Amino acid sequence: MTKFEYSPAPESRAIVDLKSSYGLFVDGEFVDGTGGVFKTISPATEEVLAEVSEASAADVDRAVKAARKAFAAWSALPGRERAKYLYRIARLVAERSREFAVLETLDNGKPIKETRDVDIPLVSQWFFYYAGWADKLAYAGLGPNPKPLGVAGQVIPWNFPLMMLAWKIAPALAAGNTVVLKPAETTPLTALLFAEVCQQADLPPGVVNIVTGAGETGQALVQHPGIDKVAFTGSTAVGKAIARAIAGTSKKATLELGGKAANVVFDDAPIDQAVEGIVNGIFFNQGHVCCAGSRLLVQESVYDEVLDKLKRRMATLRLGDPLDKNTDIGAINSAEQLARIKALAEIGDAEGADRWSAPCELPTNGFWFAPTIFTGVSQAHRIAREEIFGPVLSVLTFRTPSEAVEKANNTPYGLSAGVWTEKGSRILAMADRLRAGVVWANTFNQFDPASPFGGYQESGYGREGGRHGLAAYLEGSPA
Amino acid sequence: MTTRTADESLRSLLSGLPGVDQVGLEARAASLGTRSIKTDSKKWAIDLAISMVDLTTLEGADTPGKVRSLASKARVPDPSDPTCPSTAAVCVYPDLVAVAKEALGTPAPSGRPINVAAVATAFPSGRAALDIKLADTRDAVEAGADEIDMVIDRGAFLAGDYTRVHEEIVAVKEACTRADGTRAHLKVIFETGELQTYDNVRKASWLAMDAGADFIKTSTGKVQPAATLPVTLLMLEAVRDYRLATGTQVGVKPAGGIRTSKDAIKYLVVVNEIAGEDWLTPDWFRFGASSLLNDLLLQRQKMTTGAYSGPDYVTLD
Repeated sequence: MTKFEYSPAPESRAIVDLKSSYGLFVDGEFVDGTGGVFKTISPATEEVLAEVSEASAADVDRAVKAARKAFAAWSALPGRERAKYLYRIARLVAERSREFAVLETLDNGKPIKETRDVDIPLVSQWFFYYAGWADKLAYAGLGPNPKPLGVAGQVIPWNFPLMMLAWKIAPALAAGNTVVLKPAETTPLTALLFAEVCQQADLPPGVVNIVTGAGETGQALVQHPGIDKVAFTGSTAVGKAIARAIAGTSKKATLELGGKAANVVFDDAPIDQAVEGIVNGIFFNQGHVCCAGSRLLVQESVYDEVLDKLKRRMATLRLGDPLDKNTDIGAINSAEQLARIKALAEIGDAEGADRWSAPCELPTNGFWFAPTIFTGVSQAHRIAREEIFGPVLSVLTFRTPSEAVEKANNTPYGLSAGVWTEKGSRILAMADRLRAGVVWANTFNQFDPASPFGGYQESGYGREGGRHGLAAYLEGSPA
Repeated sequence: MTTRTADESLRSLLSGLPGVDQVGLEARAASLGTRSIKTDSKKWAIDLAISMVDLTTLEGADTPGKVRSLASKARVPDPSDPTCPSTAAVCVYPDLVAVAKEALGTPAPSGRPINVAAVATAFPSGRAALDIKLADTRDAVEAGADEIDMVIDRGAFLAGDYTRVHEEIVAVKEACTRADGTRAHLKVIFETGELQTYDNVRKASWLAMDAGADFIKTSTGKVQPAATLPVTLLMLEAVRDYRLATGTQVGVKPAGGIRTSKDAIKYLVVVNEIAGEDWLTPDWFRFGASSLLNDLLLQRQKMTTGAYSGPDYVTLD
């Protein structure tokens, strides 16, 4: 029993009008799918939240045709007119932010603190940001009169359901494309609430279509001959399959895939803030983050100090009911993902690394994994190479800046990296040499719509966010 | 072969401290500020906060009458509710220590002694010669002060004369010794609003702890900004790390600018999650405040009765 016990402080569910079943959103209307139904559950309690229609290939076909039909008028609108719709969506998301936050937390399992303070505010910001670009496309650096690509087929993951939707839909619409988007099968609900916002904003029918379902639905979408562009965020394995499937077609693609980011802590780092950054880097969103700082590279001379402080800090993390406003660590998104995390952690044990988990009680229902670190990890260990996509940190050491760069870059991925040092020149030198799409200095997991995001090598190709994110949805013309 | 001077070793202690990243520190404080403390935990926190208040009056216009009325408020903060805890101390200028001591003569109904704290050492600026500061301190101690709140020489600190600041703290601590050999507790005020950078606050914390401070305190209340959540968080990190390094526990006192129960509870959350629960007692954490107490009492009445009363249902002293 601790002295200062925080009483439960749950955010009310009453704001969410949860329906018992949901259809697809095609051509501005909610319709039943023809491919059967699947259930979506709350990963924190395993409670069934709703039944959702599964889109068959025929449903996907209808959605793509609706998007194609809408494309002519939407792309012909002056940019400032498209901007009005995007601004309206941004405002509506902000106005209904609490509803979105609660629903996202229910369906995904992540803490309300994060959906309320990070996910949903960023969604609104993304729409505001790209609304501003809609009438300025001639200044995007793609020639005087860049053209939209057409219909975009977009497939997004379950880790940041609504945020990934915003990253995909906002630039596509600003550039004059129409979209068919498939949310992940474990987290479809906020995308369907977003469809309601599209109706509320009077967005012309067919500009945004949402088809729900699992891998087969995604495959039908990606392979549909009527789409001009594929945008995918998810695992490297699926990303490769998509790249193969569209090879030889005229479809363009952006793929944002996995990562195994190095978070590099030098001996002259602001240690307390670095510890905070390590925690934020790997335990934010239960580590279900493609750019998570899952490999800690700490300079040997401060190893003991950093590890002691890290463990002490981890012991204060509050794991439990994601709707409780004081929860830091929520539920693992699915039984399948939990099994994968457990399996990789056991491989870590078998390879001889030392496991340490924060002392916290795990709820009996739902899917949970305590924040965990592995020490004594070397580059050869699988837990240092493979993406775990969970709250598991592998700790390695280095002696010199060159060794830090070598180890950080020694990965098939290259999405993000972190550098912790009080020395400005070292930050710049490291950023120059680290092979990662994003390098954070003295911070981690910061996102901004004006800043491009994307990876090297097996972390994918193309950039999302900022002016660069527009290039993924526009056909350039010579200046 | 040269031996290392005291000055060199103090310098190396202070320059060896890790830097503070301003953005990261402020983000951490803001994030702890979003903790939602409700129902039973709120009730507990409010009572704890009341018991940690150093009820303060530091005005040129202070009179014996004002100090007596403050003392009676400290003993019985809420006359309508005998279960309300008393405050930790009253804090006055040295010349009023005797009055406060006499007014607090009988133990509080709660049974806990209420200390008299005196600001000394040419408070608030600290701009006087050392022997005047020491005389000021001895005067307060002789008058019966239980605690001395001294100010550091910020000019010397900012000029890099750490040794001088260190020596002054050591000397004032000696001056806290009473005739019977016991010693008044020493709180060392940094005036963080004048030190300005978080790196300076961390250095000052270690310097003061190394010189023997029993408590480190943010501000005099006479300079803005006074206490802030990030500064207090940083000082709590310092006392936590100092105990780990030396085994000696040092207290923390934010002072000035903390006016609402909501703010006070944020500070307690920071104490809990940064330094740990060992600091969650009036022996190791204090609030230097005056108007805060009445807001705590209003909130306490609301928690007890279920209804907000109003400013006329708490006493103005």
